[in-house]
This record gives sequence, structure tokens and C-alpha cells, in this order.
Amino acid sequence: MASLTAPAPAPAPETKERRYLDHGQPLWRRLLLTREMAIIGLLVVVIIVASAVVPRFGTTVTLGFLLLDVTPILLIALPMTLVIITGEIDLSVASMVGLSCVIFGVLHQAGLSIPTAALVALVVGAIGGTINGLLVTAVGLPSLAVTIGTLALYRGLAVGILGTTAVTDFPRYWTQLAKDRIGNTGIPVVIILVAILAVIFAVVLHFTPFGRGIYAIGLSAEAAQFSGVRVKRTKLILFIVIGIISALAGIYYTLRYGSSRGDNATGMELQVIAAVLLGGVSIFGGRGAIHGVIGGVLLIGVLASALRLANVTSDVINIITGVLLVLSVVSSSVLAWVQSKRARPEVPRRQTTSRPNATAGNNQ
Amino acid sequence: MSQPADRRTPTLELRDVSKAFGQVIALRSGSLTLYPGSIHALVGENGAGKSTLVKIIAGLYHRDSGTFELEGQPVDFKSTAESKAAGIAVIYQEPTLFPDLSVTENIFMGRQPVGRFGRVDRKAMRNEVRELMAGLGVKIDPDRPAEGLSIADQQIIEIAKAISLDAKVLIMDEPTAALSGVEVERLFTVARSLRDEDRALLFISHRFDEVFDLCDTITVMRDGTYISTDAASDTSVPEIVRRMVGRDVDELFPKQEAKIGDPLLVVENLNMPGVFHDIDFTVRSGEIVGLAGLVGAGRSEVARAIFGVDPYQTGKVTLESKTVPPNNPSAAMSMGLALVPEDRRKQGLVIDSTVGRNITTAIRRLLAKFGLITTGMENESAQVWASRLEVKTRALDAIAGTLSGGNQQKVVLGKWLATKPRVLIIDEPTRGIDVGTKAEVHRMMSELAGQGLGILMISSELPEVLGMADRVLVMREGRITAELDRKDADSESVMFAATHAAEESYA
Repeated sequence: MASLTAPAPAPAPETKERRYLDHGQPLWRRLLLTREMAIIGLLVVVIIVASAVVPRFGTTVTLGFLLLDVTPILLIALPMTLVIITGEIDLSVASMVGLSCVIFGVLHQAGLSIPTAALVALVVGAIGGTINGLLVTAVGLPSLAVTIGTLALYRGLAVGILGTTAVTDFPRYWTQLAKDRIGNTGIPVVIILVAILAVIFAVVLHFTPFGRGIYAIGLSAEAAQFSGVRVKRTKLILFIVIGIISALAGIYYTLRYGSSRGDNATGMELQVIAAVLLGGVSIFGGRGAIHGVIGGVLLIGVLASALRLANVTSDVINIITGVLLVLSVVSSSVLAWVQSKRARPEVPRRQTTSRPNATAGNNQ
Repeated sequence: MSQPADRRTPTLELRDVSKAFGQVIALRSGSLTLYPGSIHALVGENGAGKSTLVKIIAGLYHRDSGTFELEGQPVDFKSTAESKAAGIAVIYQEPTLFPDLSVTENIFMGRQPVGRFGRVDRKAMRNEVRELMAGLGVKIDPDRPAEGLSIADQQIIEIAKAISLDAKVLIMDEPTAALSGVEVERLFTVARSLRDEDRALLFISHRFDEVFDLCDTITVMRDGTYISTDAASDTSVPEIVRRMVGRDVDELFPKQEAKIGDPLLVVENLNMPGVFHDIDFTVRSGEIVGLAGLVGAGRSEVARAIFGVDPYQTGKVTLESKTVPPNNPSAAMSMGLALVPEDRRKQGLVIDSTVGRNITTAIRRLLAKFGLITTGMENESAQVWASRLEVKTRALDAIAGTLSGGNQQKVVLGKWLATKPRVLIIDEPTRGIDVGTKAEVHRMMSELAGQGLGILMISSELPEVLGMADRVLVMREGRITAELDRKDADSESVMFAATHAAEESYA
């Protein structure tokens, strides 16, 4: 804390106070002309159209099932957003869901209470995340390779422990809780948990020094390190968190379907990542926001649900979500390209010292 | 404004060339005439339009108006390939070689000679590279990979490539920025021999001693406009500076006397095998210690180890008698150490982030209230530092990468001054910065020392070291080979220690 008592180094003898605009563009443009808002807008349009066109879509029953279905994806998408913003990725999340399902089920079968079994499953999630995190940070391996490996490892463990059997005799109180609705709104109780977590993740990402570090790491890990951001520690923490949340999703998954199987949630990692990218997070790191990701998850969920009700087969639904994802990724590069065209004068670095609006007071 | 009379046809001639990007005019009226057998300097502040002019010559940009002639013939390049084919070679500050390919393969990239059955004729390639290297008088193994070559050697390879393409015009855009004294000399020898082969050379540099040493003609640009062309013998440094800046720059290195106080930063016996050895020195309050030496002598590595970005094996760093833990930049920061790193774009700034965020990255934890931070809080603090350092930008949410080099450096300085450091380590404080900003940066450093900060300044520019430092440490091959007082330090003594094994090291 010696630094605070240091004399304030105030260079510039004839300090002319100069004010800068906080933002180069008006508020509405910064708020509305974003990828996040585009996705949320599209979500609203799809909901309106589906409610009008698809019979039985605009009911509380549909809403309830839709939310129940997207809950595990939504849960994992939250930490996945943070992980991808740092420029890393975790492909082992669905396998962790499966492993957590199995641990939870087996321990319950062995006579442990539901809360105890859940706690152990969460600890296993934390351990799995730590393994991923240490391989990435301490050993320095690329997360893509590491988590492809642990994707196979965790799934292998899950299937190995329980074989092809399933644990299904969960207490009715708990399985019911996983499906309960709030009054007669159709909204599942579990959404409260999701909402709380979403708020926590949004605050951490957007309003804490830790979150600022996450963005800095994604944009330039080297510069972040030179600024005192603890790059490795940050990444390790995020991998542990995503492991825990995946395990939590596994517990929910088990209770919701009343079944603990080794192959639960196979392939869900791709659904999560697709939703996160659709929500405007850059796969290269450094960009993205929680509200966009929630929009992305819901958009995929709503589309799938509406199409299913309209008797569209699941392979066609897959094609549509796939095309949507490709379009969204393409559109973001097209958008970036258009912006770079428009902002071209900024591109040649050395030529822009005297921009017309730059405070031209004492031009060199 | 008078053109030196020359009877010969110019190799390259641009007249009243302009280029605008949307609303912003990067080049108003650029003119340049290069003659064969001449080394021509192009000088001007950052933003004067030098790089735009070069990019037009290289075919990277297309001019909006004006004439462009090569050996008397009007030309109109639509791509860099066309310009290359016409005999123009551009060597950039940091060459872009393929690191995994050999020197030979790099030189012949895309045009390998083929033998029978379309096989690449390695022997012919190697022989030609040997000849080229011999012609240039340098020893670089043609078979070694480009990876690990010094920037100087990489530039030589780019030059060899240009010669093998028989380039008539060679443009060197700040080639010496990352070179040490000996390497600069070697580059100049090569450049002179190319001049004697009747090629036209264009040399862009911020270092006037080099310009006057090497070039015979000097063209000055300011604000995107051609100002003057003179024979080097007819003009002088102050004259050129005045034309560049458009006003008098009173003094380039205004180091003020500061009261030198107690030791702040003490480095004891720091070792990292293969990188640096037995590093011992002290930085006192109010003192600017210059760390000189050739590029690759291990100066930046020492700075990084002290700050904790890199590890070290043995030794001790203390700040105000408290031990700075190794390999922990955030602890070093909170103890009052700050490092303005060598590479502004990669290390100093999160280049794709905003000015406001960049200024506040290092103090984000101090800014937070109840663990929370908002853009508003960041901007409030960024306002203060941006205006103190007179950063030129319209808005705080401008992306740092869109600012000019000098303004980027001010953002980095602001970011570190915001942490209220006790000791500031500053690596190449003015690399690639124009004259006006350079003087400002020097003035700031001097003032900071006056306020009792300790400053460790790493610089490859001798005049900067000699002008600013109270004490000069010289490193060579990972060791401190000399410690010179301000009054004893001159270019000879520093260069000698940087290049020769010290008879007796100070430690």
C-alpha cells in the first residue's frame, strides 16, 4: 500500500484540462446496434411468429417444457461464455454432465441422501475442472486438445461405472422438484436457480475487476499478463467453475428425467457452444456478453420447440439450427468487414494523428 | 524547395500524390524523386504521411490523384505483386519471414528454380544464396531456419531477396529501429554497396544521426504534404527538425537536475542461465538509470524478470527494502513497480480494447467499489490520465489500436502512472515515436524523476541514454559490463562496453 502514499506524479506543467467524450457514439447505437441485441430481437420475432402460426405454441405448458429442456444448456452456457471469452474452450462439459449423473445415481443407490450425493457429484465436477484447468495452465496444453481428451475420459468413466444399466429409483420429492412450476405460470421452479446464476455470472463478467481481466486475457493474454492480470489463475478458476456447473447440470438432468445413465447428455457440449457463439461470443476470445448468450440459448430452444410442435422432424430442426449458427458467424465477419470498410481511415495507424475532431488545440 | 539538379532520369518519381480514407486525408500532396545511385531519406513526424506514400509505392494503396513514374514511364500498381515485378522492394521494420523455413527457402519463396521433372533445384538455390551473402559481405548459413535469426539478419535476408529479384528501388521503412549499433553499421555498409550498384534507396528513419550519416538527399514531409528536398550537405539537424515540426523544438532531451535520494530498487545477483548473469544494480529516488547495450544483450529480459513477467533462478529484488516476489507481476505492481514494456502493441496495450479500459487495466482492483467496477468509474479515472498526458483521441471508447504510435505510448504511460509507482521501468520509451512526442515523453520522465520516482530506462538510442540518464549501465551478452556516471558516459565508452568484453566487470 506504499504506492498510495507516493507523490502523485502529475506531468504536464501547464496542464490544460482536456475533456474526452466517454463514448464516440450515441447511447442508442451502442445499445441497439450490437450482435446481442440482434439475437434478442430475432428471438422476439420468432416467439411472436411462432405464437401466431404454430398451434399450441403460446401455452404455459409449452413454455414450461421449453424452459425445462434448455435449463442444462443455459446453465453450462454461462461459464462457457467466460471460458470462451478468455480464448479457451471446454469440450468435456457434456461428459462431465454424464459423469455427474452416474456418480449421483450410484451414490444414491448406495444409500447416501440426495443432498450428500449431489455434493459429492459437485466435488467430482470441481476435480474434473481442475484437471482440465491444470493441464491448460500449468502444463500449457491447448484447451481444445485437453478437453477432447477429457471428453472421452469422463464419458468413459461414466459408462464404465454404471455399464449399460441405469439408476431410476429417485425419491419422488426430488424428481418432482426438478419439474415443479411456479404457481400456474408454467415457469419451472428451477429457473429461479438459473436466473440467480445468470445474474451472478453477468455481474462477475461485466462489473468486476475479475471480469475485466477475462476480456483482457481474451484480447491479448500477453498484454494482460504485463498489466498484472493473473492469466493462469483466472483460467484455472474458470475451468473449475465450469466443471462444477456441469456437474450441477448433471444432477438436474438426472432428477428431471429420473434416470442416471452413463450416456446422459451425449453431444450436449456442441449445443452449448453453438448457443454461446450464436449469442455473439467470439470464438477467438475477448468479445461477448451474458445477455446475448441467454438470447442465443433461448433462440435455439424456441425454434426447436416451435418446429417440433409444427411437426417438423428433428433432423430438419438440426439443419435449421446449423444454418442459423453458420449465418450468425458469417454475419459477424461480414459486419466486421463492413465496419472496417467504413472505419478505413482508422486503419493506417500512423496517418491519423490529426483527426478532424481530435482536440486540435496544440497540434504538433 | 529546390530540387538538386540531376541530369539523369529519376528511377522513381511521384508528384502531388494524394490519398484519402473516407473523410480523413492521409496524404495531401506527396512528392518524391529517387535517383539511381543515391540514398534518399524521407523524414517526418508520425502521421506526416510517410507510410502512406510508401504503401502507394509498394502497391498496397492506390493513389487518388497525382502522377507516379518509374524510370520515366507512368505506372499504376494495383497490387504489391505488380510493384515487385516492376523492381520495387520494401523492407519493413520487422521482416515477415517464414520462421520454419530455411534462409534459402525464404529468399526463393514462391519462385523456386526447378530442375528436371519440376523438382525444386535446391543446389542452384543454395549456390545463389551463398553468392548473395558473399556479395553482401555477411555470414548467414543458407540452410538454417529463419526462426531465431536476429531482426538485423532477417532484414539482410529481405535485402538479399530484393537483390535476387534485381530490385531497382529499395525502400527501408525504419529498418534500424530494432537494431543495435554494430548491426546498423553492417546494414549501412550493405546499403552503400547497393547504392554503388546504381540502385535507388529510400531510407525512412526517426534517427537524424543515421540519416545524415547514410543519406545524400533528404525529403521532409509534414501533415501529409511535401515540404522540402535538400542535399544532406546543405542542411542541418535543427533545420530539418524545424521543417518537420513546423516550429522550433527547443531541446530534444531536457533532463532536469533532480535530487537523488535513497535507494528504491535494489537488484542483487539476479541470474537466469542462458539469459542473464550476476545482475546487480540500484535505482535511487530521483534517478534515471539508463540500461544500454545491443539488442539481444538481455536488457528487456532483466526488466521482465524484475517485474515478474518472466522467472529468474537465483537472486533478489527489493523495493524500498521489501522483497519483490519473483514471477508475480500483480504483486510487483501493488508494491509500486511499473513496467512500460518494449512492445507497445503486444505487451503494453490490449490493442483491441478501448483507451479508457487500457488506462485503467492496471488499477482496476483499486477502482472497484465493493468489488464492482463500471465503465463510468473507469472513464472518470481515464479522463484524468488521458488529459494529463494529452492523449489525442476524441472519445475514451476509441480502440487503442487506432491511435498513432506516440499516443499509444502515452496511453501506456498513463496506465502505469495511474498506479502511482515508486519505480518505473521503461523499455524503449520512444521507439517509433515522432520528434514532438519524443520530447514530451522525455520531459515527463524527467519530471517524474524530479518528483522522486526512480526510473530504469532501457534504450537502444544512444543520444537518449546519454541525454537522459544520471547513470548508465551497459549490458553485453547477459552481463552488466560497465557502470558509467553521467559525466563519464559518452558514445565511445558505452559502445565499447556494449561490444567488447569488459576488462573488469563492476559487480
